[in-house]
Amino acid sequence: MTLIETKKVTYTYPGGTKPSINDVSIQIEKGQFTLITGPSGCGKTTLCRCFNGLIPQFYQGELKGRITVAGLDAVEQPIYELAKHVGLVFQNPENQLFALSVEKDVAFGLENLGVSREEMWKKVDWALELTGITDLRERPPHELSGGQQQRVAIASVLAMQPEVIVLDEPTSFLDPLSAKKIFEVIHDLNQRLGITVVLVEHRLDLTAKYADHIIIMDEGRVVQDGKPREILRSEEARLIGIGIPKATRLYQILRKNGIDLGDKIPLSSDEMAKLLREALKD
Amino acid sequence: MIKIEEVYFSYPNNVEALKGVSLTIRNGDFLAIMGQNGAGKTTLVKHFNGILKPTRGKVLIDGVDTTKTSVAKLARNVGFVFQNPDSQLFSESVEEEIAFALKNFGFEKEVIEKRVTWALNLLGLDEYRKTSPFMLSGGERKRVALASVLAWDPQMLVLDEPTIGQDYQQKEKLRQFILQMKTQQKTVVIVTHDVEFVAECNPRVMLMREGKIIADGAARDILTNPEALTEASIVPPQIAQVFFELSDLGLPKNVIDVYEAERILLERMRRKA
Amino acid sequence: MSVFNGLKFRKVYSPIHNLDPRIKFVYVCTIFAVAIIFSEILPLLVLFLMQIPFVVLAGVKREWLRSMRGAAFLATIIFLTNFVASFIGAGYIVTAKNLENAAAMTLRFIVLVESFSVFFLTTSPDHLGLALEQVHVPYEFVFAFTTAVRFVPVLAEEAQTIMDAQKARGLELERGNFLKRIRNYIPILIPLIVSAIRRSLELAEAMESRAWGATKNRTNLYVLKMHKGDFALIAITITVLAAAIYIRLFIAIPTLNELLTRLL
Repeated sequence: MTLIETKKVTYTYPGGTKPSINDVSIQIEKGQFTLITGPSGCGKTTLCRCFNGLIPQFYQGELKGRITVAGLDAVEQPIYELAKHVGLVFQNPENQLFALSVEKDVAFGLENLGVSREEMWKKVDWALELTGITDLRERPPHELSGGQQQRVAIASVLAMQPEVIVLDEPTSFLDPLSAKKIFEVIHDLNQRLGITVVLVEHRLDLTAKYADHIIIMDEGRVVQDGKPREILRSEEARLIGIGIPKATRLYQILRKNGIDLGDKIPLSSDEMAKLLREALKD
Repeated sequence: MIKIEEVYFSYPNNVEALKGVSLTIRNGDFLAIMGQNGAGKTTLVKHFNGILKPTRGKVLIDGVDTTKTSVAKLARNVGFVFQNPDSQLFSESVEEEIAFALKNFGFEKEVIEKRVTWALNLLGLDEYRKTSPFMLSGGERKRVALASVLAWDPQMLVLDEPTIGQDYQQKEKLRQFILQMKTQQKTVVIVTHDVEFVAECNPRVMLMREGKIIADGAARDILTNPEALTEASIVPPQIAQVFFELSDLGLPKNVIDVYEAERILLERMRRKA
Repeated sequence: MSVFNGLKFRKVYSPIHNLDPRIKFVYVCTIFAVAIIFSEILPLLVLFLMQIPFVVLAGVKREWLRSMRGAAFLATIIFLTNFVASFIGAGYIVTAKNLENAAAMTLRFIVLVESFSVFFLTTSPDHLGLALEQVHVPYEFVFAFTTAVRFVPVLAEEAQTIMDAQKARGLELERGNFLKRIRNYIPILIPLIVSAIRRSLELAEAMESRAWGATKNRTNLYVLKMHKGDFALIAITITVLAAAIYIRLFIAIPTLNELLTRLL
């Protein structure tokens, strides 16, 4: 079942001289873990703001084409309606947290929706548990580390129980270990709860292994769209300027030298080690 | 040359961020300081230009004790590029932004003009000379911040988390740029937790944890040392991880570069064949 | 600045912290009203001493003393102005009555600072926000208040970072004449303002994405319920007000001078 669909979407920010995204047509299926990547300025951030109505409603500007999210028209439906189906987590953890305690922040969306108090407590507890931050519930946001803050942001989006969670470079400001934890949480939500995930990221070395769908953008257009292993097999992605996981790169350059390690290209160091072990076996 | 002697530093709220750090950085060194958030990396480098003064111990920049001089004077030789360029940008045009520090340091008008042109050129910002820095993209603003520091040609450059939010191409350009600085005999210190970037740069690497230095050496030795990396909460570079897993096959353990890995593996396979 | 220290909330759990802010506020206003009713020093002294148990119970002695110290400067001015005025009015003689009046005015000011200080020291911003919401202050204002408080430490840190960044480019904040020093703050103010604007934009995006404005009937995770302590405070408030009115209307209040002469 297609959860998000864009048809020939072209969008120009107000006062912009050229479109930030051009003729973009993509489909995201229910339960998928989609990775959207591309060099800076390729339009990936703009694209994910189309998924919950921020574009065009909050940003105004010129939009052409159709965007359908969970069966709703994302151009017509107000943002607060779309927010029930699509949760958006942003780059900067600090600027997504408003309240003076974690649990109040997690409840923020539910309060806005007018959910009853008993329902809210249940959903807040549930969201806190899923993101592993129950013990932080009474802490104020500025006492938390960046990684903890992002987990609060994820929990607060999760509490509204959307079908899709979109994350725009959520680990930019985090160190690699915190980033890993965040990706593990997201992966877990996708696998265990079946939540559809759309992740915009540069760090393919940490995320490519989780994705079953990858979209590569460059200069406002979609240049590649498909399964990660197929797309990263060729050198095209690297030539656009994407940071290929080093293990994958090693596979690519060995292949250029005539060493074929098999059809399944590795997306992580474990996978590469396994392939090499096979190849070096006597 | 920077000499840090048994430096302790506590913030006003009594958090002790540095617990007895000693370090020497010679002119021309290229050093990467790594560690978890809160390990004390940024606190340490803020001592290099006197923004922070030690609670105990001494910091000597070219023989001068940092407690005996102002930040502005120290900054003349130690250029600090902050993580967020928006902490610095305030001028009406890029050229004014770059000229700011030069004016503060008392350079002559003609010299300022020459230096501004040079810096714009170096970082490919000529077309934005008269543009307001606020109109530029994130990556471009980072370059403006860098240009404004390079303009006064400090002997040493400190870059605090220069790779955050940068895509691969931008990081490559940054790496090339650092190499260029090295050929000019400049001292470069980067504070980062981007292990893959450090692996590609191959500098001297220092690991910190809870206010102390726990390892200091060449990149290929430090980034392939599992105990040190675990202690510093750092994920090893992918190539190193691959070779850890295959260490029982007699392959070398201190490989961090993908091309070196290629070379070693090709040789091994040819031997096998 | 130390006056502001007296207003900063500290996270401690005491019976006073747990009181309903609305009741606390009514109590503080009553004290304020009573302080206005009396201009004699004796009742004002009683009022002043009455707040002390609250300060002790709440465990905020240190911060409270700091705010008292901060108020000392203004208090001295009030005392001197009052005293000098009555001094001149009485024909340049010092009388016990004048001294007492000046002291009473000063004490009135101190009682004010004292009680408001206890209020702010024992009421957390979110508790306060909740109280405002429950008395039907429009949510937009409450939200603006609590969000502002939440970002105060963030902005303070940012201001420091900006200062460090500009100092590292040779900016000397301590040098130069008055005008030059003001100009030197431009490289600090502009990044701060720009960052505040950028931050508001990001916050707005996040708010919209969490269904801001979905319904006019916004619910709240927390609710303020009154407990025994609150009812006790209501009783105290009513008693104090009633007693004050009774005394004002029916009892002649001696001056300190008269009281001391009578006792000794």
